[in-house]
Amino acid sequence: MGGVRLLGMIYALLFYAATLLLGVGLAMKIRKYARTPAPLKIPLTPAPTSRSGVALRMFREVVFFESLFKSNKWIWAFGWVFHMSMWLVLIRHIRYFTTDVWWWVEIAQPFGTYAGFGMVFGLAGLLARRVSVERIRYISAPSDYLMLLLIIGIGVSGLMMRFVDRVDIITVKSYMLGLMRLQIGDLPADPFLLIHLGLVVILMMIFPISKLLHAPAVFFSPSRNQVDNPREKRHIAAWAARLEK
Amino acid sequence: MADVDTDIPRMSHPLEIPKLACGAMAGLAPFIAKPEHQEPLGFPGELVPDWKEKALEKMAELADKNRAFQVYLDMCVKCGACTDKCHYFLGTGDPKNMPVARQDLLRSVYRRYFTFAGKYFPWLVGARDLTEDVLQEWYSYYHQCSECRRCSVFCPYGIDTAEITMAARDILAHVGIGMKYSNEIIGKVHKIGNNLGLPQKALGATLEDLEEDIEDETGVSVRIPLDEKGADILLVTPSADFFAEPHIDGLLGYAKVFHEAGVSWTVSSYASEAANFGLFIGNYEQMREISLRIRKAAIDLGVKRIVFGECGHAWRVGYSFLNTLAGPFDFLDQNYPIPQHIMEFTWGEIQKGTFKFDKSKNDEYRMTYHDSCNVARGSRMGDQPGGQFELPRNVIKAVCNYYYDMPRETTHESTLCCGGGGGLLTDDLMDLRTKGASPRMTALQQVTEEHGVTHMAAICAICKTQFSKVMPKYGYEMDSIVSVHQLVSNAIILTGQKTEDEAEE
Repeated sequence: MGGVRLLGMIYALLFYAATLLLGVGLAMKIRKYARTPAPLKIPLTPAPTSRSGVALRMFREVVFFESLFKSNKWIWAFGWVFHMSMWLVLIRHIRYFTTDVWWWVEIAQPFGTYAGFGMVFGLAGLLARRVSVERIRYISAPSDYLMLLLIIGIGVSGLMMRFVDRVDIITVKSYMLGLMRLQIGDLPADPFLLIHLGLVVILMMIFPISKLLHAPAVFFSPSRNQVDNPREKRHIAAWAARLEK
Repeated sequence: MADVDTDIPRMSHPLEIPKLACGAMAGLAPFIAKPEHQEPLGFPGELVPDWKEKALEKMAELADKNRAFQVYLDMCVKCGACTDKCHYFLGTGDPKNMPVARQDLLRSVYRRYFTFAGKYFPWLVGARDLTEDVLQEWYSYYHQCSECRRCSVFCPYGIDTAEITMAARDILAHVGIGMKYSNEIIGKVHKIGNNLGLPQKALGATLEDLEEDIEDETGVSVRIPLDEKGADILLVTPSADFFAEPHIDGLLGYAKVFHEAGVSWTVSSYASEAANFGLFIGNYEQMREISLRIRKAAIDLGVKRIVFGECGHAWRVGYSFLNTLAGPFDFLDQNYPIPQHIMEFTWGEIQKGTFKFDKSKNDEYRMTYHDSCNVARGSRMGDQPGGQFELPRNVIKAVCNYYYDMPRETTHESTLCCGGGGGLLTDDLMDLRTKGASPRMTALQQVTEEHGVTHMAAICAICKTQFSKVMPKYGYEMDSIVSVHQLVSNAIILTGQKTEDEAEE
C-alpha cells in the first residue's frame, strides 16, 4: 500500500501552518503572562511559605487536580481520567516522530494504546454533564461543546485506525519523519487518518486562542503560585513603585 | 422573641443546591454614587459620554497591570466546579450568581474586543458588545459578590472571582458609575480618618467613657489612650469598635489584654480606621492612600509596633498588602511581625501565662466560631500556614468551657461569607444580605440542634454588624454574635480586680 502525493502536500502545508501558529501563538501568550506584573500578594491561604512549598502545591494541582477533587467528584473523575489518558496517548505517539523508539515510549506503548478509550470515556462523561446538569448547561457556549466534540473526534478516529480499520502506519511514520526534515512524502488515503490529522491540525491552530490556554496559564495563576511571605519580604510591582516617587 | 421573616430561604443543609431561578436578583443594585462621592476620589461624577471607549481602555489597562486579571480572563474552561460554591447563588438561585457566570458577564465583553474568536465569531464563544444594559448588569451582579474567594478555593486553576469583581467595579467607577456606600465611606476616611466620620474630639470622649465603664465593672483603671506619642504599640482597629455592638466589647478586651501585658499602646485619630474600602472598589491607588495614613500615624506617634484589631478585610490588607502599599517599615521594631494581629498578641501572652482567666464567666455562652472570609483565605496568623484558623479557636477555648465547630465544609478555608462583605454592608442590599447569609445560618442551626450552641464569635467588624442584623431573621437574638475579645474580656481577671467572692466578704 502506498501513499498519495497530493494528500501529502496538503497535510504538510496544514501541519507547518499549525505548528507555526501553535508555537508563535503560545510563545506570545506565555510572554504576556510572564511579563504582566502581579501588583499584590494574593495567594489563597493557607499557602506555602517557601518556593519549594509552592512547587509542591502546583505539582498536586497539576498532577492530581487536588482542588477539583475537593470541589466535585464527578468532574474530577472524568477530567482526571481524560487528562491522564491523554498524556499516555501523547507519549505513545512520540514513536511516530523518532526513528528508533525510545525505551520509555516502548514501555508506555500498551498503556497508551488502551488509554485512548480512557480519553474518550472521560470526554464523553464531561459532555454528558455539560448537557445534563442544569448549572453547567447554563454556562456553556457553543464552543464549549465543540471543543469536547473535537477532541472526542480525534480520539475516536485514532481508535478506529488502531482497532477497526488499521492504517498503513509504516507509511504514516515515514511521512512524519520526513516532515520533520522538511521532506514531503506521500500520505495514505485512509479516511480515519485524514480525519484524525485534520482535527489535530484544528486543535493546534485554536490552542493559543481558546480556553485550551488553561494548560500554560495554570502555572501563572497568582492565587496558587505565590509564596505566603508578605510580612517578611516586600513585594512591589514596577508600576506601583513609580507611585512612590 | 426575634422576628422571623418568611421570605428567607429554608435549606435542609448549608450547601444545598437550589434550582436555577433565572433573573431572581436581576435589577437589584445598591445606590449609585453621586458626584460629591465620586469626585473627591478622582472618578467622574456621572456617566461619561465616551463611556464605551473609556471602559474598554480601563479593561486593557488593568489586564496590562495585573497578571491575575489577564490570566483569569483567558483560562476558564467552564468546567462548572465553582457553580455551587457561592453563598449568594445558594441563597438566591440566580444563575448569574454562580461564580463562572458572574465572571462571564465581563469575560464575554473581553472576548468581543480583545480575542480573535470573539472579534470574528462572537456567537461561537459567547462574546457580546458592551452596551449600557451590560454596564447596568455589571453594576448589579458585581455588587452581588462579596469578594470572599470561596469559589476560587474550588477552582482547578484558582481563578479568583474577587479579582474580576474588583476590576469590574474599578472600570465602572472610572466611567462614572461608582457605588455610593463604599465611595462615601472612602471620602470620610480621606477627610477625617475613619469610616464613621468620627472626629478626634468625639473619639476621645468615647474612649474616656469606655475607660470609666471598665473601672466601674472591675475597679481597675485601664487606659484606652488616644494619640499618645511615644507609645510602643499603635492599635489600628475598625472604627465600629468605638461605636457598635458587639464590636465595643472586643475593644474592651484589647484594652484589658494590653493592660495586663504591661505594654504601652495608643489609638491614632489620624488612622482611626483599620478597614480599607479601597480593596472593595478594586482601586490600588485608593487602597494605597488609605494605607499610607497608618504609616504616617506610626511615624508621627513614634511607635515601635503596629497591631490590628478584629477586622477581616482589614487584616487581609494589613497582612498581605500593607508592606507593599505603605512599606518598608524599617523604622519599626523588627523583632515583631509587621503588622501583628491582636489574636497573635493575645495568644502569645496566653502561652506565656500572662493572664488569669475565670472561664466560668463565659458559661452562659455555648460557642462556635465563624471564620471570616478574608482572614481565612487571604491572610495568616502566626508562623504556620493555617494559623489563622488555630489562633482564634485557641483563644476562645482558653476562655470558654463550651466550644463546638460548625460542619467542616463550612469552616476554615471553605468558610461561608457572612453575606455582607466586600462593600455590600448597606441597607439597600438587605434582601441580598439576608439570602446570602442563609448557608451560614443553616450551618449554625445545625450546631445549635446538635450541641445547643447559643453564640457565634467572629473577628470581623463587617461579620459582626451583618450577623447582628440578619440573625434575628433566623431565630437568634441580635446579640448572639460576639467578638472573640469580648469573651477574653469576660473571663480575664485583672490584677487587683475584686472577684465576686471578695466583693461579698
